[in-house]
Amino acid sequence: MSIYNSAAIEEFNGGVWVFCEQRQGKMMPTSFELISEGRKLADELGSKLYGILLGHNIEGIAKELGGYGADGVYVCDHPLLENYTTDGYTKVICDTIHEYKPEVLLIGATNIGRDLGPRCAARLHTGLCADCTHLDIDVPKYKEFLRSASTLAPEVINAIKEDDRNLKMTRPAFGGHLMATIICPRFRPAMATVRPGVMKKNAFDQAKADACEIIKPHFSLTEADMKTQVTEVVKAAKKLVDLIGADVVVSVGRGISKDVNRGIQLAEELAEVLGGVVGGSRATIDSGWLSADHQVGQTGKTVHPKIYIALGISGAIQHKAGMQDSECIIAVNKNDTAPIFEIADYGICGDLFKVTPMLIEAIKAAKAAK
Amino acid sequence: MKIIVCVKQVPDTSGKVAVNPDGTLNRASMATITNPDDLNAVEAALVLKEQTGAEVIVISMGPPPAEGMLREIMARGADRAVLVSGREFGGSDTYATSQILAAAINKIGVEKEDIVMCGRQAIDGDTAQVGPQIAEKLGLPQVSYAAEIKKDGDTLTIKRVLEDGYMTVKVKTPCLITCIKELNEPRYMSVGGVFECHSKPYEVFDYNTLKDDPLIDPSTIGLKGSPTNIFKSFTPPQKGVGMMLEGADKATCEKLAGILAAKHLI
Repeated sequence: MSIYNSAAIEEFNGGVWVFCEQRQGKMMPTSFELISEGRKLADELGSKLYGILLGHNIEGIAKELGGYGADGVYVCDHPLLENYTTDGYTKVICDTIHEYKPEVLLIGATNIGRDLGPRCAARLHTGLCADCTHLDIDVPKYKEFLRSASTLAPEVINAIKEDDRNLKMTRPAFGGHLMATIICPRFRPAMATVRPGVMKKNAFDQAKADACEIIKPHFSLTEADMKTQVTEVVKAAKKLVDLIGADVVVSVGRGISKDVNRGIQLAEELAEVLGGVVGGSRATIDSGWLSADHQVGQTGKTVHPKIYIALGISGAIQHKAGMQDSECIIAVNKNDTAPIFEIADYGICGDLFKVTPMLIEAIKAAKAAK
Repeated sequence: MKIIVCVKQVPDTSGKVAVNPDGTLNRASMATITNPDDLNAVEAALVLKEQTGAEVIVISMGPPPAEGMLREIMARGADRAVLVSGREFGGSDTYATSQILAAAINKIGVEKEDIVMCGRQAIDGDTAQVGPQIAEKLGLPQVSYAAEIKKDGDTLTIKRVLEDGYMTVKVKTPCLITCIKELNEPRYMSVGGVFECHSKPYEVFDYNTLKDDPLIDPSTIGLKGSPTNIFKSFTPPQKGVGMMLEGADKATCEKLAGILAAKHLI
């Protein structure tokens, strides 16, 4: 079927790669997160870390990746790569992988990354794990992770053999009810798309950025390779909510149904006092009360703000999957058996329409007193 | 013109999810539904059928009881159904699944004016990988995250959604499209459709049906042909129960604000 087989695995010694996504010449924030995570993996493997950057007139933004840990960046510049197309990007990435043989390829799990990743993995005949939230090479570190993030018995964890050098890719499945760690033992590169907002960004180091090597691989790309044509790229007119970068998220759920406008208004006021943004459960998005960019949860965004306030959210597992790692969770719900209280640091059992205005005043007063 | 729609029967993860002691999903105890995004793909196909008279063929890989789901989709208006089913296919990851589904679609045949449609992703695995991987195996161009589809002759103009807006993509048939819920509102089964669905053509493709396709090889299908393996699966721990504050009045809110201030969170 494929030229890649288990015998050829050792040939893939070209380091850890990160596909660094840019849109309109601006680097996507997830590229910096993945470079930071990739640095950790490359160090564990004892190999180098490279970004691969595709686009047109984008060389100027490449070196910044070095500041987060990249040893070098493969820059593929071509007019036909200006906008993302499945065909153009897949061809250039697969041809470059063919040439330089990385052992790992990480891709941000954006709407573009999740189009590109599977197409590349199918062409390369290798495995791809979707939407990962945790990555390891070293087994001792993986065991440490399991001890805090799983309910596995200590003897099960201790029994894991320590010589495994595969990339261990962990992701939620079944709406967050289960976690699975996936490996790709027989093929390379091991590929993962990684959920934006999950991996922590390293501190930027200008000296490392200056030292970052720029490599320009040879590739061929012609109009004939392009089976789709992008006729326009439109930015949303309304500024989208930056849930992932927010320190405070105030989310609303089905509990606002009694008076949707008032509920959203209260959440906005509370968010404003705290310098945060408004999110919502799947119910609020499915009902059309909030636009999809507000959605927190397994099918929405994963957030870990300093403060997460859930107003009228019952806490379905698919919602919890997107916010349970928040530093401090506050829940307001009329139903004292709502599952959200199981993970809340502080719970108030009451009517959000009555509690929220009082909370806004109390926080204003507490801030003024500081 | 044919429109081939790939659908999957999935456990309903929006309700109670049962997990076995060994950390695997207790599928037997859970209700099954048609994957939600796949119903948007079915609806998109039915709309194109109304505009063009295309034949809509629905295809699924799964165990024999998935026939019920396929009959229901024929009751919504699909013309015929194919179930891809066989022990040899079990344990397939997305790579192996796409090999098998691509072989089954080859068997049905993809001609110049045909379209393959999928839902964006299934709610059990949430991978969004099988659609693009089928496209690669069939050598078709793909457009994923479709929120609007317009057809003019052999050219489709598709609104492809991005996190921060959208792009408009033109593609010629044959091609593969993955559909999101913003695309449409799936119709219900019609009364007439429910009567007709049992007499519409229904076929099962097993290993023997597909084995002559070069995509079907023991090294590329099933558990053994899957590039990815499960290393461990586990359930996440419940976070420790926090503090329920007493009351829901002004004093309660002041207490909470005081805690947040003391912890330097505000």
